[in-house]
Amino acid sequence: MRQIISILLENETGALSRVVGLFSQRGYNIEDITAAPTEDKSVSRITILTEGDNIAVERITKQLHKLVNVIKVSSLADDHEGIVEREILFVKVQCIGHTVRSEIKDLCEIFRAEIVDVTPELYILQYVNTSSEVDRFLKAVSEQVDVVETVRSGVCGIFRGDHSLRA
Amino acid sequence: MALLTGAQMLVRTLEDLGVEYLFGYPGGAVLDIYDALLDSEKIHHVHGRHEQGVCHAADGYARATGRVGVCLVTSGPGATNTVTAIATAYMDSIPMVVITGQVGTPLIGSDAFQEVDTVGITRPIVKHSYLCQSALDIPKFVRQAFYLASSGRPGPVVVDIPKDCVRPSLRFEYPEDAAVHMRSYNPTRTGHRGQIKRACKLLAEAQRPVLMIGGGAVIAKASDKLIKLAHDFKLPVTATMMGLGVFPSTDPQFIGMLGMHGTYEANQAMDKSDLVLAIGVRFDDRVTNAIDKFCPAAKIVHVDIDPASISKTVTADLPIVGDADIVTGQILDTIADLKLSCNQDGLKSWWEQIEEWRSLDSLKYATTPGVIQPQDIVKSLYKATHGDAIIATDVGQHQMFVAQFYKFDKPNCNLTSGGLGTMGYGFPAAIGAKVGCPDKTVCLVTGDGSFQMNIQELSTCLQFNIPVKIFICDNETLGMVRQWQKLFYRGRISSTNMQSNPDFVAVAKAYGHEGIYVDKPEELDAAIEKALSMQDKLVVVDIKCNTDAMVLPMQQMRGSMADMFLNED
Repeated sequence: MRQIISILLENETGALSRVVGLFSQRGYNIEDITAAPTEDKSVSRITILTEGDNIAVERITKQLHKLVNVIKVSSLADDHEGIVEREILFVKVQCIGHTVRSEIKDLCEIFRAEIVDVTPELYILQYVNTSSEVDRFLKAVSEQVDVVETVRSGVCGIFRGDHSLRA
Repeated sequence: MALLTGAQMLVRTLEDLGVEYLFGYPGGAVLDIYDALLDSEKIHHVHGRHEQGVCHAADGYARATGRVGVCLVTSGPGATNTVTAIATAYMDSIPMVVITGQVGTPLIGSDAFQEVDTVGITRPIVKHSYLCQSALDIPKFVRQAFYLASSGRPGPVVVDIPKDCVRPSLRFEYPEDAAVHMRSYNPTRTGHRGQIKRACKLLAEAQRPVLMIGGGAVIAKASDKLIKLAHDFKLPVTATMMGLGVFPSTDPQFIGMLGMHGTYEANQAMDKSDLVLAIGVRFDDRVTNAIDKFCPAAKIVHVDIDPASISKTVTADLPIVGDADIVTGQILDTIADLKLSCNQDGLKSWWEQIEEWRSLDSLKYATTPGVIQPQDIVKSLYKATHGDAIIATDVGQHQMFVAQFYKFDKPNCNLTSGGLGTMGYGFPAAIGAKVGCPDKTVCLVTGDGSFQMNIQELSTCLQFNIPVKIFICDNETLGMVRQWQKLFYRGRISSTNMQSNPDFVAVAKAYGHEGIYVDKPEELDAAIEKALSMQDKLVVVDIKCNTDAMVLPMQQMRGSMADMFLNED
């Protein structure tokens, strides 16, 4: 089962490595991970996507809580009101020839993706959506044109409504 | 105000924290710290012979005294040599602060001489760690380290100090404010009132309850309250190896240690119980046997200060997060408030059943004329010390025999590497214990294998006059491994023979100590008494004992708690 875990922790040297280390040490896998400081620069927020049942997530959540640097941990599946989650994708594609270019432009229009960089032979497309939509977009793009390079940010998530994760 | 160097601030901070003994080993990166230590009148430095020994000694000091053990080593190999000892302390939740030297900050990452990433190497085996960036970090981090090491679920904390942070030419004002505040660290000590009430009701209803005590109760100093609870509710009491002594082993309500080599009655009682009140335990695999067969009929009430320990292996029916002493106090208060009492009828037949199991005398063992049995050694030592010594052990058969036959009546007396199972732990731990408790008799029960893993500390004992008594269960083999080879590898004995042992008596004498050799059963008591009577001497007693002795009873692998064999057949 796909699980998103959000962690607020002290923005200190080594704090991220403790979190990452804990996952491998306890035999859990990190599918993807994002980390950045919050509006309060002394606090970082890490979002980790992992696989596991609810028991596994409860165990890893408790272990994360135990890390001295960690301020709060929350499984983003907890809340009944649901969450907003997004991932950003950049894909660099070959765009030689008029037909290819208009195909790319059509595709971007359908998916509401953007072309953010243009050279004579290469476009960079930017797409922001849920991970599964990003998968769909990437599939569609690679079926139509030659993909040179991709990069995905990993998922970011936030609770809808009243429920907030604050230090 | 006088300005202090980083090294002086470290010493001053340790003094302010009440540190009397520092176990250490000098080296290049900590030269400035050692120089500053010379000026301290409050801190006594015990200089070991190997960083592993130094660090285990700090651990033994902590276990025996309940205070934070502190050790100081240099960078690189100094730090890596402490890794086994840090892991040992981590697995057993021992409060310890390990101060390591580090190369100067400009050199970090350059593969400098004696540089390792100490914080990185120790990351999975510490409660927390710090890398100082400036001299002023030192007092702050050391105070935090002490607070972390000794609060919540205790554990080792590493403070890594680069050489330029203790440079003699840089002086700073010493920050007097000792308050530690960490927003991300607030261990829960008081149990949830609703949960406690539910636990009390379960206790009052239970027909076949068992009180199971672990190392958390030693750390929390929960003895008095647990004894009262057990007596008030007539509870059968069992303990993990780490929990021995919290409840007196000589009390008739004590049914022995549980687990792989626990007593038949303790394991049967667990298996058949309808309520396990588990306090300060973590349900280690050596205790539970197969998890899916663990205590099928029992509701599990699990009290622990570490939420991550609850439902980690055994799923708790009623979790209570809190300090073992505080929660036990809350349970006693709630029982009084609700005027609850135990289930008299249920307990009467429960105790009859337990006594029947107990009558099997599962710890009885075979004897051979003219041959000392390792069990005899522990029994004789128990008699000679009147059960009032601090006993450090190493790991293996002798460790189990101590747990089975030395009837600990007080906590903090059984110093043993329970979680990690570190051979070589016992001797340095005994040294630390004797340093911390100079008025107590401190004995090491070890094996010929384990003792040789930190034998060099004999030199430390001479230099600092640390008269521990060492009893080697010398069976010329790695007994526990041999036992498994006999039981599970069709008797194929692979690399467990130790027939080239040194003459341990001569070794003791070479290091300036006393040595006694004994191989006759009729001379055993006298040899042990003689060793104990030489009060200011370290004595090594080399006791030749049965090579083929077995630790019994023993749980069957992948079975339930109750699946045990009582003898070799």
